[in-house]
Amino acid sequence: METSTIHHGAMFDTEELVINMGPQHPSTHGVLRVVLRLEGETVVDSDVVIGYLHRGVEKLSENRSWTQIVLLTDRLDYVAAAISNAGYCETVEKLMSVEVPRRARYIRTILSELQRIASHLLWVGTHAMDIGAMTVFLYAFRERELILDLFEEMCGARLTYNSMRIGGLPQDVPPGWDKKVLEFCTIMTAKVGEYEQLLTHNRIWLERTKGVGVISGPEAVALGLSGPPLRGSGVPRDVRKDEPYAAYDEMQFDVPVGTAGDTYDRYLVRMEELYQSIRIIRQATEGIPEGPIVGKVPRLIKPPAGETYHAVESPKGELGYFIVSDGKSTSPYRFRVRPPSFCNLQGLRRLIKGHLVADVVALIGSLDVVLGEVDR
Amino acid sequence: MIDNLVIPLIKIVVVLSATLSAVAYSVLLERKVIAWVQSRLGPMRVGPYGILQPIADALKLIVKEDITPVRADKWVFTAAPILSMVPALIVYAVIPFGPTVQMFGHPVSLYVTDINVGLLYIVSVASVGVYGIILAGYASNSKYPLLASLRASAQLISYEVAVTLTLVSVILMSGSLSMVSIVRAQESSGMWYAFVQPLAFGIFFIGGLAETNRAPFDMAEAEQELTGGFHTEYSGMRFALFFLAEYANVIVVSSVATALFLGGWLRPFPNVAMLSFLGIVPGWVWFLLKSFFFLYVFIWVRATLPRYRYDQLMRIGWKVLIPLAIGNLVLTGIVKVLLM
Repeated sequence: METSTIHHGAMFDTEELVINMGPQHPSTHGVLRVVLRLEGETVVDSDVVIGYLHRGVEKLSENRSWTQIVLLTDRLDYVAAAISNAGYCETVEKLMSVEVPRRARYIRTILSELQRIASHLLWVGTHAMDIGAMTVFLYAFRERELILDLFEEMCGARLTYNSMRIGGLPQDVPPGWDKKVLEFCTIMTAKVGEYEQLLTHNRIWLERTKGVGVISGPEAVALGLSGPPLRGSGVPRDVRKDEPYAAYDEMQFDVPVGTAGDTYDRYLVRMEELYQSIRIIRQATEGIPEGPIVGKVPRLIKPPAGETYHAVESPKGELGYFIVSDGKSTSPYRFRVRPPSFCNLQGLRRLIKGHLVADVVALIGSLDVVLGEVDR
Repeated sequence: MIDNLVIPLIKIVVVLSATLSAVAYSVLLERKVIAWVQSRLGPMRVGPYGILQPIADALKLIVKEDITPVRADKWVFTAAPILSMVPALIVYAVIPFGPTVQMFGHPVSLYVTDINVGLLYIVSVASVGVYGIILAGYASNSKYPLLASLRASAQLISYEVAVTLTLVSVILMSGSLSMVSIVRAQESSGMWYAFVQPLAFGIFFIGGLAETNRAPFDMAEAEQELTGGFHTEYSGMRFALFFLAEYANVIVVSSVATALFLGGWLRPFPNVAMLSFLGIVPGWVWFLLKSFFFLYVFIWVRATLPRYRYDQLMRIGWKVLIPLAIGNLVLTGIVKVLLM
């Protein structure tokens, strides 16, 4: 990018400063690169550059068997792997018209919501850290650790779980696990209050987040935002409510929405989602039915020819899979992911325009992008 | 001969070495306190409970490669850390750690010197330190440090005014610019100035946070935005000098606040006879305890609060603190005249 000269009267010439933020920058949450054009510290325009983490997951999937792809979906949104697993498995089940047993759907719900809390904890920690409140980060990671322990007990892994199978689950919950989950819910409710105490009414936090990156509901829809960035602008769109999957149709929960559409509202929406997730986990764990955990799935998975799109609500927004099967091969003909982070990142250029450099990091944090999912 | 030459030299050596080790250990204190706030342990490996960590850190920084960027302005780049560190140290010359005591038959004052414009000296020397930061950002010839040094200069100018105005209120109260006389004036009036001038005390503390570039006003080094700010291009011992200068400045602000507002070396409630048993504790211990309290608050604030944005900080400085400081000054003057 070249620098351009702006004329302010006859006296002074000022030049725009082009500054390169990332891909090596502590606050771009991975390998995101944002080229900023600044006047003073105000962002005149920006260019969001992605692709540093491209691994070709979609193309790879065309050469993998249907069961092996679950493993690749772990690597999309690596801070919410279980939800990526769930989305993929449900899409293939939809393609094959497989009935998933109720118990498996309940456990999927519990895992998805635990995962949502883990992802939101990572978000609240890093977002607060970007704005300078570093203690919240360590508090959030302390509680995230408890969730990782629960996952480790459930499926042996702590980050890339590979926790679901087409038609159900690889294994049932270990004995006593449900009690630990309920115990965790009690701890978590108190701890969310702790973060809120540090942030929600903190004057500096309010000044840093209120009125920063305001986006109206219609504009957010036009940009294709989803998840908390969309709900923060007052659009009550939540895949869990609108097109229920897993066991969400049997759960009681609210979809929090914001009013102003600024960083603070997006923050409030996510904080309330933490409480709602705890509520769902409680219901699902207490009401978990007996029964098998895998439906009737053939040994060799070969869905009939056809295509389908199915979406789940990931912590970042609407995570959709579009899969085409030719009915002959043992791998998909086309595998396409609609990653919420990628679509939400479209809004960044619009959001940071006219704000200061300090707000740029706050806004990247407020969109909560994971580069593994953006670049695939 | 002894009183005029040897004793001052010994005092300078003692104060300098004590200061430097205090600075090194305040880094450890900060790491430990923040770790405890964040339910961590902090440094634990070097020595028992990590108490030798500062020595290990210093060794590491000394043996690191000293890098000067090719495009940097070499002389200014070298001078900037020195310009930052030296003023932070020479301020200690007028800090009154305690009263005059008898030692081996010689009267020894527990301060290096007591000049009659002590407070003015502190204010002017401390402002020189700012040039270190500005020049570091300029000389690096790199964009992030440049932005940081712009922020630093704007920030320090706006806070200097408010802080200096609160100092004028204190001078009005004490009638002297000498640090020792200000403490003595608090002794004779029987009140710490923190109670007489609570507003000035508050403004001084907030301004002190901003002047030392500490959270929530640490935007000149804003790690998350400007990747370290003015010292991005610095490494090894030069980086360490900036780092140590920051802590030296924190101790300076703590000591000045102690002397001006918390009665320096005086025990709590210096005129209440009932509490005279507190007089057993020597004055310099009181002074260190009070300074330590400030140091702790500085660290505590850093662990708790998010960072202000640059424009918000300017707004607080110019639209809130300076008018308040001026109002406080006028009020102090009126009350002083009425009482006379």
